[in-house]
Amino acid sequence: MGKTIVEKIIARHCREEVTPGKVVWVDIDLRTARDFGGANVVENFRRNYPEDRVADAAKTFFTFDCVVPANNIPYANNQQICRDFAQQQGIKVSDVDQGIGSHILIDKGLCLPGYIAVGTDSHLNLLGALGALGQGMGDVDIAFAFRTGKTWFEVPETIKVVVKGKLFPPLSPKDLTLAILKRLGSKGALGKSIEFYGEAMDSLGLDGRITLASMVTEMGGIAGFITPNQEVLDYCRARSGREKIEAVVADPDAHYCQTIEIDIAGLKPQISLPYQPSKVVDVEEAKGERVNSIFLGSCTNGRWEDFKVVASILKGRRVYEGVMFKAVPSTREVYGRLLKEGLSEALFDAGVILTSSGCGGCASGQVGMTGEGEVQLSTGNRNFKGKQGAGRTFLVSPATAAVSALNGKITSPDKV
Amino acid sequence: MKRPVVIKERVWVLRDEQGMAIDDIDTDQIYHNAHLAITELEKMGQFALGNLPGWEDFPQKAKPGDILIVGRNFGAGSSRQQAVDCFRSLGIALIIGESFGAIYKRNAVNSGFPLLICPGIISQPGKIDSGNILEVNLSAGEVYNHTTGKKIEGGERFSQVQMDVYQAGNLFEYEKTILT
Ligand code: SF4
Repeated sequence: MGKTIVEKIIARHCREEVTPGKVVWVDIDLRTARDFGGANVVENFRRNYPEDRVADAAKTFFTFDCVVPANNIPYANNQQICRDFAQQQGIKVSDVDQGIGSHILIDKGLCLPGYIAVGTDSHLNLLGALGALGQGMGDVDIAFAFRTGKTWFEVPETIKVVVKGKLFPPLSPKDLTLAILKRLGSKGALGKSIEFYGEAMDSLGLDGRITLASMVTEMGGIAGFITPNQEVLDYCRARSGREKIEAVVADPDAHYCQTIEIDIAGLKPQISLPYQPSKVVDVEEAKGERVNSIFLGSCTNGRWEDFKVVASILKGRRVYEGVMFKAVPSTREVYGRLLKEGLSEALFDAGVILTSSGCGGCASGQVGMTGEGEVQLSTGNRNFKGKQGAGRTFLVSPATAAVSALNGKITSPDKV
Repeated sequence: MKRPVVIKERVWVLRDEQGMAIDDIDTDQIYHNAHLAITELEKMGQFALGNLPGWEDFPQKAKPGDILIVGRNFGAGSSRQQAVDCFRSLGIALIIGESFGAIYKRNAVNSGFPLLICPGIISQPGKIDSGNILEVNLSAGEVYNHTTGKKIEGGERFSQVQMDVYQAGNLFEYEKTILT
């Protein structure tokens, strides 16, 4: 019988027959630890392998992105613990200026289609945007992977999601993502892998694919894959300097545990209500609520395309008086491009607080927490209670964030 | 040294004030990100469930050996190991849940912390209440409520890796037994 994408990727990395439900040991291409969890990885490593070296320093990375640069001593200490360990072991550090680790793996050409990458980041599965298997893990798992270059996987079953219809502006990949999340719910893909198909998928650019793949975590899924198109393959070629890059494609007779069809004809801009990412409704249903702050950024919506949309909406205007608009590019590369191509100026003039790259408001409030009663629109992927402060966070697309910022209240971008 | 395959202890059932199972408890509710910089196991227990309304006093109430019963998708969210370790820190013997977040499950398995899946145990009424004494066989997936005198169906037996790592103590110890 044919194989799904995740089955094929796992099969390439192990010496056993791969079937859903089976636990197999795999060789890993990349392992990473962030400033979040990184110090615990080091401690686990030192405690269990005091004399040892990591399996392969060239395939091992520290990527600081959570609290960058550190704004408290514990985080600063943890980052330094990682740096010291990295130096002893000859491991590269993507330091506090670089941006979100998962995006670094993509943009530096370190992760390629068909790879397996593991790290202390629960959204590492956004590498599914490249057709690679990324898996977030805890620090025990990662310390083990650092030392051995191996990990165990329970081969997941695969759900096939077929999206019918096209995505027209002002709809964005985030609206599509939230619509799919609404349908699947927080547990719809629990422990499973997803493959996304349909016309809307084929036309998604890399940034949009990252948005969708990143929120498979919120669907409970292990990973979600969008088969790379020419644009993605070319990007990987250009970034890695490698000529031969091939996509892993599912067999026509692959077995899926479930097939879900979603028709997006007539889809409206979507919003997640506090405090569940999967509590998704049309933006229209939440319209009018006053907005105190905006967070543009995160591994879901902190890329160039996202900033471009926002800058085009805000250009020549000013955000509503009193609205704090915090914008954090996902990587230094995006940040640099904003500066060099003049978008930062448009954002600045509109009243936006633009900071250097990282997870920003998504993690532990690096660009500020919300206070009791504060309403925040975030382009991130999580709005759990207390995660970004005491306020109420809604999840939206960059376009919805921008038009709502101008109006000072929740506004659907198709109504302006 | 063999670790116990049968566990018989008192349970805490994670319900809300209305007596309903609480689903989708995320790792920030289990172990808030404000305490993530802590690396010593002993210090983690005091923060267990510290951000879950109605359960903030769990660390004071729980005794070593207690069993915790949870709903669906327990441990959704981030990859933090502390969300498992805080229960190890308190000496919790076992967590039984209707289902778990995928990373949470891995983290528990790898640290040798027993975690058993049993759909319906909390959402179906009348099966279990806080204070009941439960007897659980991890390798057979059998759950027996001594207080009601009834067997609870649906328990899933440990997978081979899960049992092996549990018996070895944790993933690091397990590695010594199988990999070169
Ligand atoms: S942006 Fe948020 S979800 Fe993404 S990696 Fe950073 S902390 Fe995690």
